[in-house]
Amino acid sequence: MKKNQYIFTITLATLPTLLIAQTNTVNTENWIQSPGIIGTIFLVLLVIFLGIFIFIKRLNLYVGLLEKNTKDLTEEEFERRLINLDEKNVDEILELRQKGFKYKQENKQETTVQESSKTSGFIKKIVNPKNPLFDEKAKSTVKIEVSKELKEVIIWYLGASVLWLVFGTLVGQYVGMKFVWPEMDNSSWLSFGRLRPVHTNTVFWGWASMAMIGLGHYVVSRTSNREIFSYTRSKIAFWLMNLSVFLGNFFLMAGVNNGGGEYREYIWPIMSLFAIGLIITFSNFYKTVATRKISDIYISNWFILAALIWTIVLTVIGYFPNYQEGLGETVIQGYYMHQGVGMWFMTFTLGLVYYFLPSSLNKPIYSYSLGVLAFWTQMIFYTLIGTHHFVFSPLPWWLQTVAIVFSAGMFIPVFAGSTNFYMTMRGSWDHISKSYVLPFFLVGVIFYFVGSVQGSFQAFRFTNYLWHFTDFNVAHSHMTMYGIITFLMWACMYSILPKITGNEPPQKLVGSHFWLAFIGLVAYMISMMAGGTLKGLSWIEGNPFIESVILMENYWVWRAVGGSLMFVSHIIFGYNFYLMIKKRKVISISRSKTIQTQSN
Amino acid sequence: MLNLHKDHKNLVLLAFSVFVTLSICVAILPAYQMEEYEPIPGQRDLTASERRGLAVYISEGCVACHTQQVRNIEMDRTWGERPSLASDYYYSKKRMDIWRQSPSLLGSERTGPDLTDIGNRQPSDQWHLLHLYNPRLVVKRSIMPRYSWLFRISDTLSVKSDDVTLPRSITNMQGSDVIVAREEALDLVAYLKGLQQFSFEDYKSTMDFIPALSKGNVGNEKVSQGASLFQNNCAACHQSTGRGVKGAFPPLAGSLIVNNKNPETLIKIILMGYDARKEYGVMQAFAEQLSDEEIKAIADHERSSWGNSAPKVPLEIITKLRDSISKIQ
Repeated sequence: MKKNQYIFTITLATLPTLLIAQTNTVNTENWIQSPGIIGTIFLVLLVIFLGIFIFIKRLNLYVGLLEKNTKDLTEEEFERRLINLDEKNVDEILELRQKGFKYKQENKQETTVQESSKTSGFIKKIVNPKNPLFDEKAKSTVKIEVSKELKEVIIWYLGASVLWLVFGTLVGQYVGMKFVWPEMDNSSWLSFGRLRPVHTNTVFWGWASMAMIGLGHYVVSRTSNREIFSYTRSKIAFWLMNLSVFLGNFFLMAGVNNGGGEYREYIWPIMSLFAIGLIITFSNFYKTVATRKISDIYISNWFILAALIWTIVLTVIGYFPNYQEGLGETVIQGYYMHQGVGMWFMTFTLGLVYYFLPSSLNKPIYSYSLGVLAFWTQMIFYTLIGTHHFVFSPLPWWLQTVAIVFSAGMFIPVFAGSTNFYMTMRGSWDHISKSYVLPFFLVGVIFYFVGSVQGSFQAFRFTNYLWHFTDFNVAHSHMTMYGIITFLMWACMYSILPKITGNEPPQKLVGSHFWLAFIGLVAYMISMMAGGTLKGLSWIEGNPFIESVILMENYWVWRAVGGSLMFVSHIIFGYNFYLMIKKRKVISISRSKTIQTQSN
Repeated sequence: MLNLHKDHKNLVLLAFSVFVTLSICVAILPAYQMEEYEPIPGQRDLTASERRGLAVYISEGCVACHTQQVRNIEMDRTWGERPSLASDYYYSKKRMDIWRQSPSLLGSERTGPDLTDIGNRQPSDQWHLLHLYNPRLVVKRSIMPRYSWLFRISDTLSVKSDDVTLPRSITNMQGSDVIVAREEALDLVAYLKGLQQFSFEDYKSTMDFIPALSKGNVGNEKVSQGASLFQNNCAACHQSTGRGVKGAFPPLAGSLIVNNKNPETLIKIILMGYDARKEYGVMQAFAEQLSDEEIKAIADHERSSWGNSAPKVPLEIITKLRDSISKIQ
């Protein structure tokens, strides 16, 4: 705990300096010296460093395997020579050996020792890896017994989430390509304005939400040491929520949306299906926790229950019409879209990580109380910062100020959370070379730090001035929704599914999933950040608008390249998922057939 | 006391009630407060056609790329003469119908230009229609999608007198076909043309733009000023190549009016607008938007680019012409 206090003192001490630094004049000449920019560059370097770190860890393993392989090859060679020896040679060797024994008995060891040592100890089992790069790692031998119903519900939810991920990112990739080739199609149902919300809503409500709730079932049941209250309700909620996403997307493509506010594009009758699904899930989880067989409520359940109840409140506030005429709608929009990310995805995912990270490393979480602190600060600070999406807008200035100040305050829960996870992982780095679960966690945790801190930097005055309305926002939302949420979902899935189904996907496929997604994300992120910055500078310089469109062209191409890598990785992930849930073939030998073959 | 680690009821209730309290303070109360704003005296409501156009604007997801807010920072000065106020949205941000709420017009991405004042910047019907039909016909490097489903192809003979058609030469029509704008396209254009920032007569700089970040180089600013003013005000129709769009907007390169030694006609057109030739769209008047110096910069740019070479325009001519025009009116 001393270490934590130390970190907090540093954080608190540096906060005011960061804020004071805001008052120094920044201009287009020395823009690169602005604290927000320096901080962001540092964070991007951190991500690249992380990639290199994981790569070196894996490379180490590869080199080790190569060494082992050459050793094995020499052994193999020796064995082959031995087998190919003709009788004469064998006789010779045996004679030599006999002589050796004789000499030994006569205490004359000086001669022929060399020959005899050559031939000693050749009986040894030789392991022979064909491809050291993709060698099979130690398999997780632990199989956890879960009830048939729980397993089924988890696979339902996760299966739906995988389908939505592939569909949602296919749409995302398609709209991303439209920036480069605006003439790709000419159909109203596929036009950019209609498909963009299809992409965002599908990955929000389809992919991430379904994955979280599916994994949530496992965590709640496991940490309460009992079955989920009602599996029928889980399935009703499943159908309601998936129907909502399906209908919502259909209507969006048909040109019916709620008014264009981000993440609440589904009209209320459709969104209420989702809300009912959330309410059912909440009551189901709550009743499970209420009848738990352990006296303490594990911290994961704090986060999961809170995320559900907060999101229900959020949806009601977001869709209730009474205060949404004029700019009232804009206030609610800022609140809603930020809380959608913060109170739903971030909170729920943190809850999952508090369970899955320690359990996959087989050790307790570093600090339980740090988790509690993160919980309460998450609630207070996150709720207050929605308006930072509308800095310099006609919304009340006090609201914008509160948002900016508490955006800086977000450092506290973020530092608390990422320190906790990092300290839990410390000392287990060897797991990186054993399986891909830890790399997924590591990327998620580092992005939790990088994405959130970068988000806070973005709320600062100069950085907001520079980046707001540009493609930098897009980079930020992919760093968080993809770098944090999606990577952590994958980590949890890869850590739990093999344990409950008994099927492990081949490491080379998991590895290619990891690297394609990671490299794709970095390419995406850096191209959008660099392009967004240049766009902002072009606007500050007062250049004609079309120039900012033209200058983005190459960055949009790179974004599409990164996006394609990410999409390919999702298809691989889909296949891995299939391998994990595939029912094992039970080899049944029918008696009559055997007899038949025998009689033949 | 609350025993949060063991009592699930207290835990959930506390998380719920603190969140609701904070939400009321930071979202619901400010939202109610924003609702109390009244329209600016003299500000007009949307017409029925404009309101239908707004519905098209929302349903096609235009807000994904176009903002409608002039922030109080220097770089947004391009988009309006003053920062946007809460009252500006009084009429446009009303609940649309029972299914759909108040439209999110402020936006969060500026992939395309801000549209707060597009009606003043671009008052030509023809430009808007062509631009919706295929943006690249008028803005070559645009990445905006085509909205061709807002139009239909019809035979020239069956076109009624009140149908609005697009010039056949630029839309590459075969035989006797012609592109006719559907009702939705006309409504949308009506909405876009109605997007004009309400201007106060006695506008005082009580809330002005936050000053620009101090600029670095001031080197050849004068030279590029005309080019960038042209780009912002004229290039949408006349194109940055000065060649215009055949059948819709006349070329400036090689134009007799632009190259005339006596710049009076050119300046008059810029000041008063132009609608003398049937084959081309209407040009708006720029007298109110551009200062004399700016007009001079644009005219000089036009007279020295794309192979044009005519002497610079003396500032006095512009001042004189402006005075005489205001006397006539």
